Amino acid sequence: MIRIKNLHKSYPIGKDSLHVLKGIDLHIKEGEFVSIMGSSGSGKSTLLNIVGLLDEHDAGDYHLNGQLIKNLNEKKAAVLRNKFLGFVFQSFNLISYKTALENVALPLYYKGMGRKERQRIALEYLDKVGLKDWASHLPNELSGGQKQRVAIARALVTKPKVVLADEPTGALDSTTTDSVMDLLKDINDEGMTVFVITHEEEVAAQTKRVVRLKDGVIISDSADASVGVKSEAI
Amino acid sequence: MKFLFDSDTWQEIYGGIRKNKTRTIITIIGVLWGIFLLVVLLGAARGMENNFKNLFGDFATNSVFVWAQRTDKPFKGFQKGRRVRLTTNDVEVLKNEYDQIKFLAPRSQTNSTITNGFKSGDFNVNGDYPVLDQVQKKELVYGRFLNDNDIKLKSKVCVIEEEIYKQLFEKNENPIGQYVIISNINYKVVGVYKSGNIDFDGQATYIPFTTFQQVYNRANRIGWMMITAKDGYDIKQLETDIKLTLKNLHKVDPEDERAFGSFNMAVEIGKITGFLTGMQFLTWFVGIATLIAGVFAIGNILLITVKERTKEIGIRRAIGATPASVRQQVILESVFLTTIAGMLGIVFGGIILFIMDSTVGSGPDPTLLNPTVSITIVLIAFLVLAILGTLIGLIPAYMATLVKPIEALRDE
Repeated sequence: MIRIKNLHKSYPIGKDSLHVLKGIDLHIKEGEFVSIMGSSGSGKSTLLNIVGLLDEHDAGDYHLNGQLIKNLNEKKAAVLRNKFLGFVFQSFNLISYKTALENVALPLYYKGMGRKERQRIALEYLDKVGLKDWASHLPNELSGGQKQRVAIARALVTKPKVVLADEPTGALDSTTTDSVMDLLKDINDEGMTVFVITHEEEVAAQTKRVVRLKDGVIISDSADASVGVKSEAI
Repeated sequence: MKFLFDSDTWQEIYGGIRKNKTRTIITIIGVLWGIFLLVVLLGAARGMENNFKNLFGDFATNSVFVWAQRTDKPFKGFQKGRRVRLTTNDVEVLKNEYDQIKFLAPRSQTNSTITNGFKSGDFNVNGDYPVLDQVQKKELVYGRFLNDNDIKLKSKVCVIEEEIYKQLFEKNENPIGQYVIISNINYKVVGVYKSGNIDFDGQATYIPFTTFQQVYNRANRIGWMMITAKDGYDIKQLETDIKLTLKNLHKVDPEDERAFGSFNMAVEIGKITGFLTGMQFLTWFVGIATLIAGVFAIGNILLITVKERTKEIGIRRAIGATPASVRQQVILESVFLTTIAGMLGIVFGGIILFIMDSTVGSGPDPTLLNPTVSITIVLIAFLVLAILGTLIGLIPAYMATLVKPIEALRDE
């Protein structure tokens, strides 16, 4: 599903450049539940941005769903994001003046789906995250956990190949953290590839594979035994 | 263009606009004010123009008045300072010589006391031809104007002005058929007229030209003449030509500027028309400048809005909005705001014009007559506004597409 080879990324800072990712090799197969662990500055967010097509890499290869990602223009990136990826952010990033239902339905709007069908599917997904009764509420009328569940419903609504979650529990207390993680587990159980970035051990522990990142390189991978997988063709 | 008719597109725009009511209202006011001013100013200018047209309406505007004075130059043995007099012969010569003349009305004039029983007053008495009615339309309150029969029979009849009637007769008294005394001679009143807004004769009494010449012993001498040119002829040229002919007839130096005086209506009206044109130019200038300022205000505010909405745009981009769809939304917001503001401005402008019309636009002496703006002009202004709205929306729309989702989402 996601195949990364010798990925490099650096950011210019003044005259110097900051080398954030120093040759990442990672292969995530369909249906995996992976967490990327690392302290701040380890490059985990940069990795997620590149995987999520929000940022471009400098060197190395990145295949998403078998497609080589190279020289994407904004339009192509937008279409691919809409088609293959679902995002869940730490700060939820719901649109404040739209109801829960409208927020969930928005990716379908950009897909060009009709209004009625959009609403029906969005409601289905809200039901799935247990917020059907909150469909007409605005984000500021929801609790943090509820907001994140709306965001997850929004990430899922286009039936993406991969759900990318950037610190999905970073702004939540432990109870709601558990409920959100349970939800992500359920999604994974249904066969969805889930890619979580976190710095919390408890969260990482609930995933099936933990990849630790430090200073731009992978220092450990709980699926290390499956190194042989890397050489396998997708 | 399909997206224009997509209810979802408008749903998105409605959401975006409703989000910040204050900024929407302020934005709208800018453009609203511009088009409001344009509509009101154009309406007022039109009202003024209508008013002038109404004032001159009863008057043949391509007319010239010619009279004789004293010569200023010696010519063919005559001394300078010789008194020249127009005659009925001149009238005949001019009528024969100039095809361009539509009407030529000779007139003799005096001042006399008019008496009816115990009531009397001093008024102008003019000897006129019926054709005067066509040069200066007389609005009759009672009876008729002079006719050809009066001229032929040298009848002792008169047409008096309404004010004279009021001074000489009892209220509601029928003056037709009654007799008034002018210079010791009885005249039968055949008509009462009301003088127009612009009337060079003031409160005058008209008697047949032929009667006048006989009663006041004028022989063939006339006071002055009013000449109206046929449509399409240059009255200014005709004026010069006629004066040259007259100078020739009366043995006056062609270079003599004083011998014949004249007053050209067309030239006088031209001055006022020029003033009106200037007013209209000013109106358009002020209106359009205000409108442009308003449109720029919209662009400015949308630009700020794009900054404010960086995050929202980032979210939309992350979940699959293409740069084109973001651009489209910002432009449509701009066009939507400008057109809504435009419509409101036109409506408010219309209301003000309506109020103007019902306060200073009616009555016997209106300041602004029928202040209106033509639908075509309103539609053109509206179209221009929509185009300007699109163009100005391009700037913030471009800024919006520059938003990188990753930076927008990082923006906490």
